[in-house]
Amino acid sequence: MKYLDEYRDPDGARRLLSLIEREVTRPWVVMEICGGQTHSIVRHGIDELLPGGIELVHGPGCPVCVTPLGTLDRAHAIAARTDVIFCSFGDMLRVPGSSTDLLALKAKGADVRVVYSPLDALAIAAQNPSRNVVFFAIGFETTAPANAMAARLARQRRIENFSLLVSHVLVPPALTAIVGADDNRVQGLLGPGHVCTITGLDEYRTVSERHGLPIVVSGFEPLDLLMGILHVVRALEHGTGGVDNQYGRSVRQQGNPAAQELVRSVFEVCDQAWRGLGVIAESGLALTDEYREQDATVRFGVEHIAPREPSECISGQILRGLKKPLDCPAFGARCTPERPLGATMVSSEGACAAYHAYGRRPGARHLPLLTNEGAPA
Amino acid sequence: MTARTGSVQVVGTLPGPTGALACPLPTDTYEAVVLGHGSGGRLSQELLAQVILPALGEDERFALEDQAVLSLPASGQLAVTTDSFVIRPLIFPGGDIGSLAVHGTVNDLAVGGARPLYMTASFILEEGLELNVLRRVTRSMRAACDRARIRIVTGDTKVVDRGKGDGIFVTTTGVGIVPEGVRLSATNARPGDCVVVSGTLGDHGIAILAAREGIGLETTLESDSAPLFELSATVLGASAEVRCMRDPTRGGLSSTLNEIAAASNVGIALDETTIPLRAEVRGVCELLGLDPLSVANEGKLVVIVGPDDAERVVTAMRRHPLGAKAAIIGEVVEDHPKIVTLRSSLGSERIVALLSGEQLPRIC
Repeated sequence: MKYLDEYRDPDGARRLLSLIEREVTRPWVVMEICGGQTHSIVRHGIDELLPGGIELVHGPGCPVCVTPLGTLDRAHAIAARTDVIFCSFGDMLRVPGSSTDLLALKAKGADVRVVYSPLDALAIAAQNPSRNVVFFAIGFETTAPANAMAARLARQRRIENFSLLVSHVLVPPALTAIVGADDNRVQGLLGPGHVCTITGLDEYRTVSERHGLPIVVSGFEPLDLLMGILHVVRALEHGTGGVDNQYGRSVRQQGNPAAQELVRSVFEVCDQAWRGLGVIAESGLALTDEYREQDATVRFGVEHIAPREPSECISGQILRGLKKPLDCPAFGARCTPERPLGATMVSSEGACAAYHAYGRRPGARHLPLLTNEGAPA
Repeated sequence: MTARTGSVQVVGTLPGPTGALACPLPTDTYEAVVLGHGSGGRLSQELLAQVILPALGEDERFALEDQAVLSLPASGQLAVTTDSFVIRPLIFPGGDIGSLAVHGTVNDLAVGGARPLYMTASFILEEGLELNVLRRVTRSMRAACDRARIRIVTGDTKVVDRGKGDGIFVTTTGVGIVPEGVRLSATNARPGDCVVVSGTLGDHGIAILAAREGIGLETTLESDSAPLFELSATVLGASAEVRCMRDPTRGGLSSTLNEIAAASNVGIALDETTIPLRAEVRGVCELLGLDPLSVANEGKLVVIVGPDDAERVVTAMRRHPLGAKAAIIGEVVEDHPKIVTLRSSLGSERIVALLSGEQLPRIC
């Protein structure tokens, strides 16, 4: 498949792996930030192909995972209303709140619809003027422009039955919280390619300079990731920091100014709760006062819903790179994708869910890996 | 071997005492199904006589019997299968619920080594269904039956209130004969055997997904819905070392192979580079974050065959239009019993686990 296969080429992967092997002289802990990167790494087994000593830890970059329990409970309270059509991205449907999930509510008669864009939800609102249409506006900087566009168009077109349940998170403040903590283990970062396509690189330079660690902005395909790892390892070995853009086919220095302007016109920065990490200052987006009437939390009076997380879950430590999914005694037993305890198991891009989907189990015999030449190691 | 008589059982019922709805108006005056079509009265008779029976090819007089009385061959074992078909949209690129129901029934018989003979078809129609849609579906069932040389010998029609169905639900039962000496079972796989598929995977599931409203994808993909009896007979003719055949429908290749691995207590190791996939299917799966190995097929055969005969089976399959892209995609191994693994093009290995539920498109 054009534009994809060239980034999955086995020969290219072998060359990069041998370059990484040549570069590395001691152990390094590298965090990939984005959930899409985690999924790709586990799917292609990239972490297991790397030379010993390079440890990949999985960052907080899955928007589904980090959506706080309170927001989910609010979503479920709104979706259960008979006057509401609740629209969401597909992978939010299975995410459990304190007592239910959207799939279960749908089975009980709630009108829950999967959409692929907030503009689809806006179209549903225009077609159903007698119903309240709510879009579950979650995500990082990547989904914010489209959500802002939906809010703006709803105003322009006077579609008053449309509102947004917003849970937007921003990557750089979360990174600062992780790498700035006393118990931080992360020494280098693979930067989130899609997020940087929107935001540009400036904020990542600030994080890199303040905490003295290299950030290499990477794509999502195997060769993108291996190239990113090679450059992070090289920077670590040479003691250089800074931001290196290895996803140049998508990311520009300044990002996408039109998208940034759109986001600023609809959203403002706010303190934000992250599932597994807690509240991080100035790490989220909320609708500005001008758009307050489109805020579903206000419209449906669900601000008071604020539940507590189950205590057994270690997803907070996993999201900060302190632990791995298989370190959790509940993994695969009391915590499964069907009945997740917390953040990293709830979406297919969560580290625990990715481990589970690709069959990694505690105590399981380690699978025979293949060396670069393709023979059993 | 054909039955001398066929019969069609007609029972129409309603949830309430509305049998009186059997009004004398001919069906032709309705363009959509009304509750009276399920009343058991004259409207039911007319629906049968004018829409269902002509399409399904049965003589109207057989409608007088409550059962089909069938002749069976002197030798062989009886194979029976039953299935229900619910699909949205009812008509999709590459088929419709009618052809799908026939192919699904035929294929469940064929993968057991059976020659399909007879089937039943029971319809649950939703009030308001356009009769033209029903006509198209029943005609397409007839065409599919003719192609697969199976006969519909009895059936039933019910009508439910609008909103209580999804247009048409079809339930079928199929009967076939497994010749003496053929013993296929998911418990038969043994280390060293090869895993063969008859062609590209995921075509049906992705074609249906793309055809649904709201996704905004335009593809040229068609469902692979097709009867597999000829192909399965070809496979059995090419090798006496066939252990097991399956059609990887819901849950895709991943579910089918996990079932076989569990039933035979063996491992299965796949090679990603050999698995046939259409570029469009890969593209849509990449876009939506779906795993093509877990996407449904409706016209593909998975064969577990002894290693010495694998190439011969592939060659034989490739001579048939439905097996043109047949390939050996992996082997049965002693290692990791009950676990299916996939070696990626990069040389790493991962486990192909069962889906926990429906695959849901990812946000990013």
